[in-house]
Amino acid sequence: MSNTNLYERYQRQIILPGFGEKGQRELLQAKVIVVGAGGLGCPALQYLTAAGVGTIGIIDDDVVSLNNLQRQVLYSVNDIGFSKAERAALTLSQLNTGIKIISYNERLTTQNALMLFKQFDIIIDGTDNFSTRYMINDACVLLKKLLVYGAISQFEGQLSVFRNEKDGDVNYRDIFPEPPMDGEILNCAEAGVLGTIPGIIGTMMANETIKLITGLGEPLINQLLTYSATNNLVYQFSLTARKDTRSLIPENEREFLKTDYEWLCSPAIISDEIDAEMFNSFLEAGNIDVIDVREPNELPGVYEFPNIKIPLGQLPGTAAELKAGTIITFCQTGSRSLKAARILNGIFGKSKKVYSLRGGILGWKKLKQSV
Amino acid sequence: MSIHIILFGRLADIAGSSVSLDNVADTDGLVRALHSTYPALAESKYVIAVNKQVITSNTSLDENSVVALLPPYSGG
Repeated sequence: MSNTNLYERYQRQIILPGFGEKGQRELLQAKVIVVGAGGLGCPALQYLTAAGVGTIGIIDDDVVSLNNLQRQVLYSVNDIGFSKAERAALTLSQLNTGIKIISYNERLTTQNALMLFKQFDIIIDGTDNFSTRYMINDACVLLKKLLVYGAISQFEGQLSVFRNEKDGDVNYRDIFPEPPMDGEILNCAEAGVLGTIPGIIGTMMANETIKLITGLGEPLINQLLTYSATNNLVYQFSLTARKDTRSLIPENEREFLKTDYEWLCSPAIISDEIDAEMFNSFLEAGNIDVIDVREPNELPGVYEFPNIKIPLGQLPGTAAELKAGTIITFCQTGSRSLKAARILNGIFGKSKKVYSLRGGILGWKKLKQSV
Repeated sequence: MSIHIILFGRLADIAGSSVSLDNVADTDGLVRALHSTYPALAESKYVIAVNKQVITSNTSLDENSVVALLPPYSGG
């Protein structure tokens, strides 16, 4: 396309103060991937394509269905039954022929996420489930990638930008450290959603992305914006990074590849917890591996019984070294160790018995003092 | 002293979109009072913001404090 055509196409934004031809060049050079071509993905993709983001990736393994059309505005009845990623790419390529649109008709998994994200500058999370959201968040933290986050339910939406560049930058786990179990929070299929909500939030996600690329204004870094359609209330909350959440994220790419995010959100597999008295009987019987999943510097120290120190984040990679047929995990209060037990259950299946010490080491020490 | 609380999403279905509570000095006390009045809240996942700052530990409240309870959303 000639420069005259380029100027003509983008003239309305090029003449904006602070935008200019420089802003347009930055957009044309940018690479953005949208995960999920659904309610949030459709408007985000539409505006990013129209604005001239030079390379746009779309990943989604779903097909268009009739009940999508109420809010997923890129599709028509002719698209029903066809790949969302491919149909979205087709429609978008007709909107703007001067950019590159790459469709991935596949599910985002731990096996393809890192490789894909490395090829893009900004990741947009338009997914509809917690296991993928946590996986995207963790991948972006590991790769230090900008993540534009949006989520919706019924008449409301949330929006944030996770910069993942330096210490103190907030990520999704600083707001909600642990994923809820499947079914704990209702999704759109169960709770419903007004079609305009993903339109509003998805468009705001495109807006934040354009701001990040061009350096315009103040993106929602370390801020959470909420919008309620029923009363038109918009709130902006300040966020701060938490010290205890980094250990929940896989320590490196190798650990990430071994993490089963669907398992972490699955209510079907409930790990067994044991109380402090039961734990003592296990200790007496012997032939167990006891694992301290706390971070190395956490107090109190535990010298009363043999234990292996493996912080939660390193667990998937180190699990193979565990030899005993019974494993008991513990942490401070019993929350992280339950998570650890679920991870180990996922690795070992029925080949080992895995228990978490309920009440944690604090509860155990308390019992010991009282005896 | 009356504390104003705003609730979002499913939390508003449980307790209403706005609640006022008397005689709570900090967020731990506020959570205890809310959970005893609305037991379904105790089963719900949410974070607390005080004066538009999301908090991660117990925070003292005064009569001008505005508290918000924010649930995670999964939809996209």
